[in-house]
Amino acid sequence: MRKVTLGRIIAYIVLVLGALSMTIPFLWMISTSFKDLSEVFVFPPTFFGEKIVWKNYLRVSDRYPFGKFFLNSINISVVVVVFQVLTSSMAGFAFARLKFKGREALFALYLATLMVPFHVTLVPTFVMMRNFGWVDTHYSLILPSLVSAFGTFLMRQFFITIPVELEESARIDGCTPFGIFARIFLPLSKPALATLGVFTFMGTWNDYIKPLIFINSVAKMTVPLGLASMQGHYSTDWPVLMAGTVIALLPVLVVFLLAQEYFVQGITLSGIKG
Amino acid sequence: MKLRKLKYSDSFWAFILLLPNLLGFLIFTVFPVVASFVLSFSEWDLLSPMKFVGVSNYVNLASDETFWKVLWNTFYFTLGTVPIGIALSLLLAVALNQKIRGVKLFRAMYFLPVISSTVAVAIVWQWLYNPHFGLLNYILSLFGIEGPLWLTSTTWAMPAVIITSIWKGLGFNMLLFLAGLQGIDSQFYEAAKIDGANAVRQFFHITVPLLAPTTFFVTVMSIINSFQVFDQIHVMTQGGPARSTSVLVHYLYQNAFQYFKMGYASAIAYVLFIIIFVVTMLQFRRTKSWAIY
Repeated sequence: MRKVTLGRIIAYIVLVLGALSMTIPFLWMISTSFKDLSEVFVFPPTFFGEKIVWKNYLRVSDRYPFGKFFLNSINISVVVVVFQVLTSSMAGFAFARLKFKGREALFALYLATLMVPFHVTLVPTFVMMRNFGWVDTHYSLILPSLVSAFGTFLMRQFFITIPVELEESARIDGCTPFGIFARIFLPLSKPALATLGVFTFMGTWNDYIKPLIFINSVAKMTVPLGLASMQGHYSTDWPVLMAGTVIALLPVLVVFLLAQEYFVQGITLSGIKG
Repeated sequence: MKLRKLKYSDSFWAFILLLPNLLGFLIFTVFPVVASFVLSFSEWDLLSPMKFVGVSNYVNLASDETFWKVLWNTFYFTLGTVPIGIALSLLLAVALNQKIRGVKLFRAMYFLPVISSTVAVAIVWQWLYNPHFGLLNYILSLFGIEGPLWLTSTTWAMPAVIITSIWKGLGFNMLLFLAGLQGIDSQFYEAAKIDGANAVRQFFHITVPLLAPTTFFVTVMSIINSFQVFDQIHVMTQGGPARSTSVLVHYLYQNAFQYFKMGYASAIAYVLFIIIFVVTMLQFRRTKSWAIY
């Protein structure tokens, strides 16, 4: 039996209040999405409408191709995640375990760029994309994100912790450096790879400013950009806006609930190391 | 024979493994950072030829009232978000660390806003902030408080954006604190109990000092993120009313992609860079290691 102490009671009160304030906005969003417009503009507000109104969902998905937005977002996120994990682990291994000239200097350059806010690169990247003729294509969202200094750093930090004995015995057995990477290091680094993958996925999926700058046509929009442009159109039709937001959020929430442990591990791993 | 040697050469494989990464890094990180610096000394609207103007963009920034306003707004946002956000997330983490039932459920609920896209969160909160029919002013009215106009008020728009941002980031910081708390040896608390220290004393004399590295890390990361805020502001207020919520990145965005002043926008970007550089250096000097970044 757990002892009921004053401390634990206070802890529960704090946690329940916190949980309420975290979830009420979401419940309110869902509740509004099923209301008739006339039921929304009443005071005091009611949590449940008189009947469940589905047409908000039809109205928003008729006009805004959320299916297409999802496909675009999935397409972009998957390509970015796969390449970023690949390029980061390859380079991370080279920085952590291979000896070559200029290694420290090059790694210092990677570290230095971690301090640079991403927004510093926005204008030159836009100019580049414009010159390549890639504005309003998914190339402009994918190509600049295939490599990440942060991911490279994360993987390097992980590879450095793998015991050197494993590597030495493999070298004696005639394993090439690439063999050591592919057959020993990669299989051992599944948690780190998953962490980086989850982070990259969240960042790419939720990214707003890059699609805002690079994408103009509705058919090429990602979920956040599509959602924001829907807001411009329906401005005060809250039931329709909330229906769109539910459509945009629900898949992500489901994925999160299924893969919660990876998210939690990822953040814990990235944060606490020194 | 030579080929065989190559097969086992570290340098050769380092080159192969690094090449794709290095290409992307040079083209999409190093080059833009340098180009942005060069651009900040120029005047360019993308159409007419680029013109070098020396430091005049920076000189103009210094006398640009709007720039000072957005700089102040950025500080205001940071001061409003970081201390309260850290205090609340620490409180939740300590409560969650009390060996209670339903830890996973609570953790999941606090984490919902973190994984939701900022655009979605901003739209939902816009509705909550509706002065006449929104949930928030209704709840306030139950306590006899007449809620403000929130997003359409020059006084309350920034606090509204701050509240939303705290709400969104709480779960993330809480998780970092929770990891830090779990790293504290329980012997400290047992010893304190034997000495008769109560919960409050334990919190201030054990938890707070031993959690200091985590707190410092969370603070620095929160400050850096706050200085780069954009999404929720662009969706909720577009920097208004009367620029009361316009921040550095928003002004940068406007200059670059609405007024097409690429040089001026780049100068703003470099000011942002310098501010973040200083904050990061504070962190770097304290830990003397990069592992924490």
